Amino acid sequence: MTSFARRLGLGLIPAALALSGCGLNSVPTAEENAKAKWANVQADYQRRADLVPNLVETVKGYAKQEQSVLVQVTEARAKATSVQVRAEDLSDPDKVRQFQQAQGQLSQGLGRLLASVEAYPDLKSNANFLALQSQLEGTENRINISIKDYNEAVQAYNTTIRTFPDAVGAKLFYGAEPMTPYEATAPNADRAPQVKF
Amino acid sequence: MIRLVLALWLGVMALSAAMAQDFPKANGTRVVDAAGLLTPDVAAGLDQRLAAFEKATGRQFVVATIPDLQGYPIEDYGYRLGRSWGIGSKDKDDGVLLIVAPKDRKVRIEVGYGLEPYLTDAYSSVIINSVIIPKFKAGDFPGGISAGVDAVIDQLQLTPQEAQARMAAAQTSDRADHGGAPLALLFWGFVLLFIVLPALFGRRRGRRYRSGMPIILWGPGDWGGGHGGWGGGSGGGFGGFSGGGGSFGGGGSSGSW
Repeated sequence: MTSFARRLGLGLIPAALALSGCGLNSVPTAEENAKAKWANVQADYQRRADLVPNLVETVKGYAKQEQSVLVQVTEARAKATSVQVRAEDLSDPDKVRQFQQAQGQLSQGLGRLLASVEAYPDLKSNANFLALQSQLEGTENRINISIKDYNEAVQAYNTTIRTFPDAVGAKLFYGAEPMTPYEATAPNADRAPQVKF
Repeated sequence: MIRLVLALWLGVMALSAAMAQDFPKANGTRVVDAAGLLTPDVAAGLDQRLAAFEKATGRQFVVATIPDLQGYPIEDYGYRLGRSWGIGSKDKDDGVLLIVAPKDRKVRIEVGYGLEPYLTDAYSSVIINSVIIPKFKAGDFPGGISAGVDAVIDQLQLTPQEAQARMAAAQTSDRADHGGAPLALLFWGFVLLFIVLPALFGRRRGRRYRSGMPIILWGPGDWGGGHGGWGGGSGGGFGGFSGGGGSFGGGGSSGSW
């Protein structure tokens, strides 16, 4: 009995080594890392969405004529905040694409809004607006960085689950699916623009 | 043991391969004047102030002048430099960088994750536009850097309540014209960057994880980590300066003159 236990104990060590070499640990580690990075991406987009109402209010005070842009931004924001991707859905490219498109709409709207501000010198030198502008810049910067971090984590995860020996464990134990990297593209960026004269 | 050394070595190799930009060497002081804007005594004086600040608050603050951004936006360069040097402590991410790129006429205050609530983007922007840039415009680099360092230290020595009060005041007081790059341009520039960058460098980066080293079941499961691994040994005991492994996520603000 004791010798059996000892043999069992001795056998466990190489077994554990073999298993850990098969991605028993590395696959979930990489997966959780990518999920955490995704949470950062969403948090940064949320941070941007939180700035929008304030920005819209400030611009409205100076530039009532820009009503259509303001409405567009507000609607794009509502849409963008309604589309969320849960960490479990990251292997579904469609869900990620929907999120991308919604955020892309808001980016476009914000770009248009800030371009229209150029016509209002009073607004451009307003302290509140300048503070919001620097916050927005900082937030876009954070979004870019968290997306890069997320994509790196996804790449690491996808590489882990597709390469030997981790791929064995990924298939056998976890049924791991590759995750979707985030491509920040404008809506319809894949289509060539139509030129009409 | 040999495996551990090998693993570390591989990690270092992967990191250096992953780094797209060339960073100036961290030279064991808090003032890395790679662009040669400061005289030695000014640099020494700054270093002393930064060291005193670190001693008082535990936060790390480094000034770096960069001869050439190699075409990267300073925002992109800044957070990577901060991560690569590991400014700030690893658990608090409480590092700050003041980066000056005279050739590109860009300046940036890069704020570590942990200090973002105290040194906000808006307040960093105020420091840059009202303290640093006027001096830079007059050609006074040492003066601008020195004044900027003082303003940042001043802000970070406040208690959280005082810091918030000042932040609120910054929102209402008027300041000079901003004149930054149009946001849309900035944004699409970035879009380009992170489509192009992952395509070029990302693929190579993946190799780091492929080593298939047998990781023991109960060992430190830290391989996939994005944070870990940077920054080398923390706080060597030789009076020299080294980063504590802090990380950056894009906090802070930039300006140009």
